[in-house]
Amino acid sequence: MLRINREIRDRIVAHARRDHPDEACGIVAGPLGSDRPERFVEMANAERSPTFYRFDSLEQLKVWREMDDRDEEPVVIYHSHTATEAYPSRTDISYASEPNAHYVLVSTRDPEAGPDAIEFRSFRILDGEVAEEPVEVVDAY
Amino acid sequence: MATEVRIPTIMRNLTDGAKAVEGSGSTLGELIDDLDSRHPGLGAKLVDGGKLRRFVNVYLNDEDVRFLGGIEAPVADGDTVTVLPAVAGGMR
Repeated sequence: MLRINREIRDRIVAHARRDHPDEACGIVAGPLGSDRPERFVEMANAERSPTFYRFDSLEQLKVWREMDDRDEEPVVIYHSHTATEAYPSRTDISYASEPNAHYVLVSTRDPEAGPDAIEFRSFRILDGEVAEEPVEVVDAY
Repeated sequence: MATEVRIPTIMRNLTDGAKAVEGSGSTLGELIDDLDSRHPGLGAKLVDGGKLRRFVNVYLNDEDVRFLGGIEAPVADGDTVTVLPAVAGGMR
């Protein structure tokens, strides 16, 4: 299960909406082993594409080093799908590389959906296997 | 003297769990060959058909090695090489 703070959930949704029709992406870092997404980090989509995303390599190095220095890990890795459901694509599955992360997918295909109605789903992706998990939105950890 | 290579979580099964290993070589390609001789399988995670894999980022100090010549990039004692899997995907 993913437990996520409402404010962080809303920031992920706002980023996805703002970058629509391009895919938005980023992470939420948390203390190593805590499974608690605490520090929201919006990333640039180096592809600037409605169908693909890739973290900018130099920004990724900077953010991963910061996490190392702070004893953090990427608890959540999020991105948006702009015209399809919030479910990992074959591409998402083949490039998933953080076995401990919750992969969050947001779909911005419905421009009218409010923060509680928008498709916001979480998955574990390991060795090509996808498992959806419940998302619990909380006011505080 | 040697070059330190920082290994991402997903490849640490090939380094007995080590976060960083050391290797030697005058180019990135030689360094990777040297690492692969002691950590078999690591080379194939990084290189395919003589080129760096597209969805693996390799950095020499603070630079993406793609801008430094890829596997031909010269490395020196005291350099730090960092490997990070690219974070990528998309609806297609």
